[in-house]
Amino acid sequence: MNPLTGYLLVAALLFSIGLAGALTRRNAILVLIGIELMLNAANLNLIAFWRYGPHPEALTGMMFAIFSIAVAAAEAAVGLGLVISIHRHAHTTDLDAMNRMRG
Amino acid sequence: MSVVFYLLAALTVAGGLAAVMLKNTVHCALALTVAFAGLALFFLDLDAQFAGFAQILVYIGAVAILVVFAILLTKGSETPKEGVYSRNWLAGLAIAAGVFAVLGWAVLQSARVLPGPEGTPTATPVVTVLDIGHALMGRYVLPLEIVALLLTAALIGAVIVAMHEKEGAK
Amino acid sequence: MQETISFAPHLAASPITGILWLIPTVPIVASGVIALLKQPKRKTAATLAIASLSFSLLLSLVAFAHVVAGWAHGVAVRETVNFTWIQVGTASVDLGWVLDPLAAVMLVMVAFVGLLIFIYSTGYMEHDENFTRFFCFMSLFAGAMLGVVIANSLLLLFIFWELVGLTSYLLIGFWYQKPAAAAAAKKAFLTTKVGDVFFLLGMVWLFAQTGTLLFYNNGAGSLEFGALKGLLAQPGAWGLTAAGAIGLLIFAGAAGKSGQFPLHVWLPDAMEGPTPVSALIHAATMVAAGVYLIARVYPLMQAGALAGGTTAALTVVTWVGAFTAVFAALIAVAQNDIKRILAYSTVSQLGYMMAGLGMGGVAVGMFHLITHGFFKALLFLGAGSVIHGCHEEQDIRRMGGLRADMPLTFFTYAIGMLALCGFPLLFSGFWSKDGILEAAKHWTVAKTPFYLLVFGALLTAFYMTRQVGYVFFGYWRGKKPAHESPAVITVPLAILAFFAMALGLIGTPAWPWFRAFLDGRAVGFDWHGFAEPGLLGLMATSTVVVFLGLGLGWRLYGGQAPTPEEPDVLEKAAPVAWGWLRDRLYVDELYGVTVIAFYWWWARVADWLDRRVWGGVVAGVAWAFRGWAQLNQFLDNNVVDGSFDKGCDELASGGGLLAAVQTGRVQTYLRILALSVVALAAILIWSSLP
Repeated sequence: MNPLTGYLLVAALLFSIGLAGALTRRNAILVLIGIELMLNAANLNLIAFWRYGPHPEALTGMMFAIFSIAVAAAEAAVGLGLVISIHRHAHTTDLDAMNRMRG
Repeated sequence: MSVVFYLLAALTVAGGLAAVMLKNTVHCALALTVAFAGLALFFLDLDAQFAGFAQILVYIGAVAILVVFAILLTKGSETPKEGVYSRNWLAGLAIAAGVFAVLGWAVLQSARVLPGPEGTPTATPVVTVLDIGHALMGRYVLPLEIVALLLTAALIGAVIVAMHEKEGAK
Repeated sequence: MQETISFAPHLAASPITGILWLIPTVPIVASGVIALLKQPKRKTAATLAIASLSFSLLLSLVAFAHVVAGWAHGVAVRETVNFTWIQVGTASVDLGWVLDPLAAVMLVMVAFVGLLIFIYSTGYMEHDENFTRFFCFMSLFAGAMLGVVIANSLLLLFIFWELVGLTSYLLIGFWYQKPAAAAAAKKAFLTTKVGDVFFLLGMVWLFAQTGTLLFYNNGAGSLEFGALKGLLAQPGAWGLTAAGAIGLLIFAGAAGKSGQFPLHVWLPDAMEGPTPVSALIHAATMVAAGVYLIARVYPLMQAGALAGGTTAALTVVTWVGAFTAVFAALIAVAQNDIKRILAYSTVSQLGYMMAGLGMGGVAVGMFHLITHGFFKALLFLGAGSVIHGCHEEQDIRRMGGLRADMPLTFFTYAIGMLALCGFPLLFSGFWSKDGILEAAKHWTVAKTPFYLLVFGALLTAFYMTRQVGYVFFGYWRGKKPAHESPAVITVPLAILAFFAMALGLIGTPAWPWFRAFLDGRAVGFDWHGFAEPGLLGLMATSTVVVFLGLGLGWRLYGGQAPTPEEPDVLEKAAPVAWGWLRDRLYVDELYGVTVIAFYWWWARVADWLDRRVWGGVVAGVAWAFRGWAQLNQFLDNNVVDGSFDKGCDELASGGGLLAAVQTGRVQTYLRILALSVVALAAILIWSSLP
């Protein structure tokens, strides 16, 4: 088996774990944790492709991962800020309790 | 596939699983740190030293701490009496399993066309921080500037969103 | 069709081409800065806008001088700077800018007219509280328009084109408190988008065929020989070549922006915006962008034509143009709003330009574009001055006798009006319109466009005389007496008036400087230019036609224009036809009962489907699940033991989930999203398996 396949499988598993967390947990912070895991799994893919791709000297995958880390940091800051702000308004971080947009 | 790979994979996956499954939210955040650390080690294993250390600094150093702060600020560490999983959590789990099935299927399908272990490049690509610095200041300078702007905007935005409204401001 | 470039082409970029990008960038940056200013910073906003556009004008003049200098030394300047924007595998999307005679004359015209209008606006908008926002939008518009002019890539042109459309929307709806203005802005945006969709299709097709969207790229551009040859070999649809079909798609976009029939409906309504906006955008520059676009892609439109012949695409352009010219001129005869008359006149003149492009080539159409840009800006600004002087009155029936009250405005307006009518010899409009008529006369395909355009010229002279008779002659029919406008308004008028006359000098048959400049040929002064067979006869014809129109108008409206309560002179003579023309030949109403009614009906159907069918399906599925669950429960309770318990619960909750898809819970949405994406991915992967 090519090593790349192994990394891709681990990344896929991690992505699915993150997705499962985002889809099943009640707490909004845990949903954000799941999303962070998904982003990280994508980063692992980028790095693995860079390492085993035909042109590692081009640095494309690596750069992509670095920028992705930076963007994820921004996303985490804003996301958690929103959670805190919602908590102040609704006094809960329970997503099931937030259904004011129900149709 | 080396032993290191299997160890790291076990560590990361276990950390990830614990992060989304544990009852106590603070424990989840700590497990998340473990998963982040496992990924950082993965990056180092893949000869991406810079990305690995960036991962440690940004995720373990900042994001995980931020998550802990958010948990403490929202008193989220108490286990709610309705349980930690949302309604219809089974559907979510099924969908996540489906996603994994499709991803894994696609990876395994493509594995057939990849060369075996002996056909892959084993030489370590030499990438110094100098190279990365040149790339960031050269070809990628515009994305770098945009990311800088984005981070500034996110910083200000997060502060404004999370800031206490002054008394009587409404 | 002089496409033979006798001069050696010059391609290497000079310093001025290198910094050409500053011309659109500086006003756009200025607009961004103005957007950050606070509302009371009026002086700063105006200064910034005017300074940035002055800078652009300066650079444009330098670029123009560079092109002229090269031309004088026998070099057809066409300098490009290209760079890669997006690289995907081996394909790349390139952008770039170009400096050639076409771009150079257009740059100078847009920057110069724009600057005059900016200065005029400081006076006209003086009392508007959103003065700062106005200059922010105007500056953005000027930058976007200059970007359209220098673009060397269809994609870059399209980006700026859409930016121009956006600012047009913002400026038409500048007084958004007025419902009519908000509606007009929306209408303009939607109508031009109809054309833009075709434009986009043409662009995608062009990219698919040639692999590049650059116009000129040292022989590898999409307008150069190699790409055109490939496009001609490729069959398109309905017996057209791919070149012809793409040309027609692009023309649809140009027709939207330039208000050609049947997409002209937005332009008269756009007069709800402030008058300087009407002058800058809906007379001199933006609407000319469509004409400019056709001139820019002219090699594509013309590809496949035999010597002196024409192509299907150009034939369509000609017919649409000629029809629009007469159609809009007819409507203009029966309008009573001073700006609306000018708007229909603009539509009509744009038709002339299109017809000129279709029959005579780039130089003929572009010359009319440039002269029209000056005299129509003059007319609109004059109309603004009149409106200002008459205390925001726009109905020409409530004006009259203004030549005594507003002598400067009257004098300049008369010059603009005579230039528009094509008054012989002295005025630029005569020469540019004669160029189009001459091309029409020599057109080999059909003679009808020539007669249409001559008739249009008659109508033009007539409706302009009617307007001037109503506004400036006779006696004052309004309430408060009018007053002359301040110098900041009249000085730009005087400058424009000067150019409305002087510009004719560069396009006479004896000294066709403009034409030679665009075609890259040498030029000399030669009286024998007039001796071409049939030319003097044509000039005589057009002179007779103009005098006929002027005389007829003067006979009917000179000095005895009716009051608002009385019917128009023509209305008395032919009330039915007059009613048709006054109601703009019912094109809007036609759209109302066709396109809009269709969408309304379609929305109703969608609404009904949503409520009844999908709602019913969801409810039905839920009901079926519930029934199934109850059946199970019944079996469970009565037939089997508790092994079905779990299944029942799950089915019931599944039914609940389907019955209430709109739960308001983010996780539900997230689940559906994930499910759909994974299903899609599975289908894609599965279908691409060997």
